[in-house]
Amino acid sequence: MTYRRRATALHAARAAAGLAYCLALALAALLLSGPVALGALALAVLGAAAVVGSRRELRRAVAFAAGLGLMVMLVNALVTRDGLTVIWRLGNLPVFGQTDVTLEATVYGAILGLRAAVLVLCGFLYTVAVDPDEVLRLFRRVSFRSALTATLSTRMVPILLRDSRRLADAQRCRPGPPPSRLQLIQAATAGVLDRALDAAAALEVRGYGAGRAPAQARDPWSRHDLAFGGAAVLIAGLAIAGRASGWAPLNAYPALHAPVTPSQVALAAGLLTCALAPFAGRRGVEV
Amino acid sequence: MSLLELDRVSYAYPGRTQPSLCDVSLRVRPGELVVVAGRSGSGKSTLLRVVSGLVPHFHGGRFAGRATVAALDTREHGPGDLATRVGTLFQDPETQVVMGTVRAELALPLENRGQAPAVVARAVEETALALGITHLLDRSTAELSGGELQRVALGAALSGAPQLLVLDEPTSQLDPVAGDELITTLRRLNEDRDTAILLAEHRLERCLAFADRVVALEGGRIVCDASPAEFLVWALRAAPDLATPGARLLDLLGLLPVAGVKRARAALRDAHLEPVIPDVPEAEAGRENVPPAAEGTHERKGHSAPPRGQALRVQRVWHELREGPVILRAVSVEVGAGERVALMGANGAGKSTLLRHAAGLMRPTRGRIIPAGRVALLLQNPTDYLVHDTVSAEAPASALRTVGLDPAQLGLRHPRELSVGEKQRLALAVVLGDPGDEPPAVLCLDEPTRGMDRGLKRDLARLLTQLEPAVIVATHDPEFVADFADRVILLGAGRVIADGPVADILASGAYFTTETARIMGGAGGALTPSQGAALFSGHPRVSSPAPDLVEVPL
Repeated sequence: MTYRRRATALHAARAAAGLAYCLALALAALLLSGPVALGALALAVLGAAAVVGSRRELRRAVAFAAGLGLMVMLVNALVTRDGLTVIWRLGNLPVFGQTDVTLEATVYGAILGLRAAVLVLCGFLYTVAVDPDEVLRLFRRVSFRSALTATLSTRMVPILLRDSRRLADAQRCRPGPPPSRLQLIQAATAGVLDRALDAAAALEVRGYGAGRAPAQARDPWSRHDLAFGGAAVLIAGLAIAGRASGWAPLNAYPALHAPVTPSQVALAAGLLTCALAPFAGRRGVEV
Repeated sequence: MSLLELDRVSYAYPGRTQPSLCDVSLRVRPGELVVVAGRSGSGKSTLLRVVSGLVPHFHGGRFAGRATVAALDTREHGPGDLATRVGTLFQDPETQVVMGTVRAELALPLENRGQAPAVVARAVEETALALGITHLLDRSTAELSGGELQRVALGAALSGAPQLLVLDEPTSQLDPVAGDELITTLRRLNEDRDTAILLAEHRLERCLAFADRVVALEGGRIVCDASPAEFLVWALRAAPDLATPGARLLDLLGLLPVAGVKRARAALRDAHLEPVIPDVPEAEAGRENVPPAAEGTHERKGHSAPPRGQALRVQRVWHELREGPVILRAVSVEVGAGERVALMGANGAGKSTLLRHAAGLMRPTRGRIIPAGRVALLLQNPTDYLVHDTVSAEAPASALRTVGLDPAQLGLRHPRELSVGEKQRLALAVVLGDPGDEPPAVLCLDEPTRGMDRGLKRDLARLLTQLEPAVIVATHDPEFVADFADRVILLGAGRVIADGPVADILASGAYFTTETARIMGGAGGALTPSQGAALFSGHPRVSSPAPDLVEVPL
């Protein structure tokens, strides 16, 4: 799952706008707890992900997000002792002790799971639709050494994945008993160091070590830059306002209280609109 | 005035007592194309790393003497400063492309200099145009083939308009087509932009014709610095492994060696030498005319022995990626016991995939693989097989002896301390296993000659011809194929497009062919210098073709 340029509005936006959009969505997921608002946010992120990612990538991301969300919900239901409405008495379980699953812990777990899933999908959006080279260029102006490390690390990930597949294939070709895990780890570590040295040498001869910050581009803001930048500001603003004003309330314990208020519905509609509206513009999105 | 001046440079890597460069003095003028020749471990890469400033700034170690590149002293200026004057390209395209998209990769060197975005944008476009990669500009570097990646890495080395371009075996991982294209591009850059080029290369026949000078290294010292023709004369006497096949052919015919196919043909014409094609089928002509003494220095089991039964049968094998391209399309191949087969084809033709299917690392989406026994596979990087602390722990002593390694001498050494050739032999011993257990019916090798010098290739060819199992080698190296194989299977876009005796396939090829066959125009199916020279044996001038010169196979 990597960045690949596609004909979508988010791909057409500059990295700063794309990054701000993804961060704003993640911020909203962290700040809001009301099920309607969070559900709307999940729908918005899923819709955006469906637009920018390939079907295969999206399937994998959704499967991972759903699995993680489900796990968070189950763990919360099993370990939380709060809540008045017992829906399942599991008795005395090893590790967990006396376990009563409550409706409140289950619902709150579901909210936490949904939040985790939304965060995963925000990460997916960023990974497939925001140009990492442009992002690194942004951060080089802030911190040269950190950007160098990030560049090297991001480049090493696909190389090391290929190397590990090669190492595994080579070991499958050995007749007789396979080598121990420790020996494999030692060999892989030695390989990683060699590869990192090669990549670092390549960066050196491209002049990275000269340490001059790249000159700032003065590109005019495109309609997509404005749309996603604006959406990021509005989403962040709505999330902060919603949190501060209590528009999306949720009290899980001891008894569940999550009223669907007009303000929460309005907040949900606003988030959904702000998140998906930028994708409506289709001019100038070609690859 | 010199663009590059090395004055008595000596260098030893950290922790090594043996210096990698000894007292090297060298001058390169602007616009000069200098080829650096030498066997593996002779110091070529270290010399290039001195020029790019990686030695000593990146690697550390002990450095003596003075190196000046475009008036910058490398002791005072590191690779970052030198990058404004020197573009560098290494062997492995995977580790030298560092950005996510091609455009960002080409822009990186200029951005590192703090150039204005407009300047960067223009340089990126011009470099892409010069190298014919404009269609790749917005592609992700993760999607590119090896040849495309190497071209992009060359673009990144060139986008800053360097005065000197330093290339360390840039074609070693490319197929013949991509390799020739890269060398042609370098020649054009050298002529059009007056960029000086320092090129280290094992396959000298590819680049000597365009070179102004050749510098040969041995044991870290310069042992020859001469024009290509003078270098070839020197190599034939002092370092036969460095002599090109064309030079050896002319030498066997008593002619002065010249660099390049065109000049070699002209030399034959000027000497009024015409090959005598015997009245036998072309496929057999080359072999029948090879004098026994000149055939090679090792016995070629596979050539004399016909296949004994079947070692491997591949039946209409398809490999179709999910939501991706078709890699193999109904490939059917049968390999006889003891047969020596070369699998050739451009990058992406399906060679490696076919070997992986044969060894059971992959399962065909359709079709069947039927081996007569175990299939051993040696993948491209022998180091991937070496996971133990000592050589003796990697493979049994009998297997070590089979591949020519002495367990008593090397048994306690760490595998990573071995030379390139020894590592490959050790990995071969690992996959062959104990001969007493289950010897393989087929041995498959994927690109085993990558980055090897002629001497190592000759040793490998000799070893492979002495092994019992059938051998299938996926390779881009036609000279190696001519030396070791009985049969060539040519793959194209996942299909078998040619399958036949070596002489038939290689002598009639344009890219997948040897230098001798190019010079001879495929006449008589001659692939090696000795086979070529034998076709002139009736000529008065070469009636006794240099009996003292035994051919050194590639």
